[in-house]
Amino acid sequence: MDTQMQDGHAADQKDTVARALGWFSLGLGTAQIAAPRVVERLIGLNGDRQAVMRLLGAREVASGVGILAQRRPTPWLWARVAGDAMDLALLGRAFRAADARKARVAGAIAAVAGVTVPDVLESLRVSASRPVRVKASTTVRRPVEAVYDFWRDLSNLPRFMIHLDSVEERGDRSHWRATAPGGRTVQWDAELIDERPNELLRWRGSGQVPNEGTVRFVEAPGNRGTEIHVSLAYEPPAGELGALVAKLFGEEPQTQIKDDLRRFKQVMETGEIVVSDGSPAGVSAKQQLRQRPAQPLEVTS
Amino acid sequence: MRALCWEGRNKVSVENVPDPRIINGRDAIVRITSTAICGSDLHLYDGYIPTMKSGDILGHEFMGEVVEVGRDVQNLTVGDRVVVPFPIACGACAQCQAEKYSLCENSNPNAGLGEKMFGHPLCGIFGYSHLTGGYAGGQAEYARVPFADVGPLKIEDDLTDEQVLFLSDIFPTGFMGAELCDIQPGDVIAIWGAGPVGQFAAASAFLLGAERVIVIDRFDYRLRMAAQNAGAETLDYRGTDVIEELKEMTGGRGPDACIDAVGMESHHDVGAIYAYDRVKQALRMETERPFALREAIMACKSGGTVSVIGVYGGFLDKFPMGSLMNRAITIKTGQCHVQRYMRPLLDRVRRGEIDPSFVVTHRLSLDDAPEAYETFKHKQDNCVKVVLKP
Repeated sequence: MDTQMQDGHAADQKDTVARALGWFSLGLGTAQIAAPRVVERLIGLNGDRQAVMRLLGAREVASGVGILAQRRPTPWLWARVAGDAMDLALLGRAFRAADARKARVAGAIAAVAGVTVPDVLESLRVSASRPVRVKASTTVRRPVEAVYDFWRDLSNLPRFMIHLDSVEERGDRSHWRATAPGGRTVQWDAELIDERPNELLRWRGSGQVPNEGTVRFVEAPGNRGTEIHVSLAYEPPAGELGALVAKLFGEEPQTQIKDDLRRFKQVMETGEIVVSDGSPAGVSAKQQLRQRPAQPLEVTS
Repeated sequence: MRALCWEGRNKVSVENVPDPRIINGRDAIVRITSTAICGSDLHLYDGYIPTMKSGDILGHEFMGEVVEVGRDVQNLTVGDRVVVPFPIACGACAQCQAEKYSLCENSNPNAGLGEKMFGHPLCGIFGYSHLTGGYAGGQAEYARVPFADVGPLKIEDDLTDEQVLFLSDIFPTGFMGAELCDIQPGDVIAIWGAGPVGQFAAASAFLLGAERVIVIDRFDYRLRMAAQNAGAETLDYRGTDVIEELKEMTGGRGPDACIDAVGMESHHDVGAIYAYDRVKQALRMETERPFALREAIMACKSGGTVSVIGVYGGFLDKFPMGSLMNRAITIKTGQCHVQRYMRPLLDRVRRGEIDPSFVVTHRLSLDDAPEAYETFKHKQDNCVKVVLKP
């Protein structure tokens, strides 16, 4: 698994084929809605099924917009495949209808079958498991040496990466443990594969959750402290463990990494993790969505 | 303890809630002796600020006695009398170091929410929605004050609560509004809104050397207060073309600077125009009713400054960008960096340059708070400022 820094966001899975299919859907759908009778004639029908044609057009437009506008086009590409199957079934019925011009209907069936091939291939391609990549950065008003040293002591990481229980250094390797919601423990080993003091740490993790990442430390201009740039990729495992990992890192791994960096900044600059009544555990994406009221917690000790 | 909780739009009630306690080393617990209702609390009350939750304790203008301090608080001891600034600020980040405390990069545990809505996160604020951190507010018997080594201002002389309470928000906010105008000798400053912040903006504009101050509102009793206390000229906008009238009052130049001390729920005299924005706001097609701001921009002299200290929450329509750009108007704005102003303003109070207690019209107990919100909102009983005693 490679983690090149310039690789960018996890979801950028759209290539020219997907885009072309998106535009094709939009074009066809628009024609079906605007000129249903013309389209019907073109595929050998007699033009009395305009309502059905318009509905099919709406479906095409939805798929097209979905593929072109969504960050993750995968479900919309599969929607195209389902649409192809539906079209083939409808055309099959039309072929048997008494009033159909069979040659044209057969041509239409061939055309749909033809486009089904790239639809299926592209859907399979974007659905294939691939590493999730995220990156995030922050600036901390502390000298680069202090920032690097704090991070390099890996046992400090659970202070601001709240999903981590512990990181133990064992020689040139480290052992990481995290608890997923529901209490299950996920653990993995990691090794530093590059270490340049005050500049860069690069690691590779193996075991249950293959992962790889880089933290770069850059002196910010004009005495603004230190920029920290994190870039990481992990291979989401399949099955039950995969579901656990997904829970652990949340729906938006980038938000999680950003929150980790916010807490890192808080610890480095203020010496504490900032908490409120609504967010008693401090910065966390999940908690921000499920706030408790802004009033003091009942003491339960 | 007893605390005023937001229960939903136009509904607040005094409830029994758990007492706050020290969580972090830099926290303090303050027993509140005086707390006020702010005009911006009405935006919460009216339901225009998103991310409120039923049960949220309101209040961001409060003072009291320190009853407990965390292990890292060296500057305060139990028994100290303090005024607490409304923005929560760490004192250590780049913004705090530049004295821009309301832009603190660390004090909001819900930073991600603000970042999604505003591009970058907001600071933490007491009792002001979960977008600003979900902190319990100060309309209560006690409050937990984070970063107590940075914010609270110790009051060591015999000034009354009412003379120093407003250092928590409205006096510094009004003062900053005037300071943003960069007042030069001879300047005429126009201020939209004669509420408490407008009153302090008017008084501050004179403190900073304005030649004349014109306050615009539609409530006689509030305009009278601005005239009597600050010595401002007043303009009742009902049935008046404000822009023309301001030109008339300034020899055609227009005010050198304009202050919007109204914000997102302004009122308009022309029914149809008011209805347009009222409906769009009700349908959530815009979050603001920006009449005062539009008018302030149009009225301001070419090359002048519009200082926006009224609170806005989202997006507005029909913003006169053409007037702004072509006439080189500067807009300056921001939540007040209260910590920066507290001590110098306290010195002005001590020297007798201003007595902030002039805005207080209603003194009630915390238990009367729900009724006080109604009185304040509907401007009944000549209400300008309510102080509550827990």
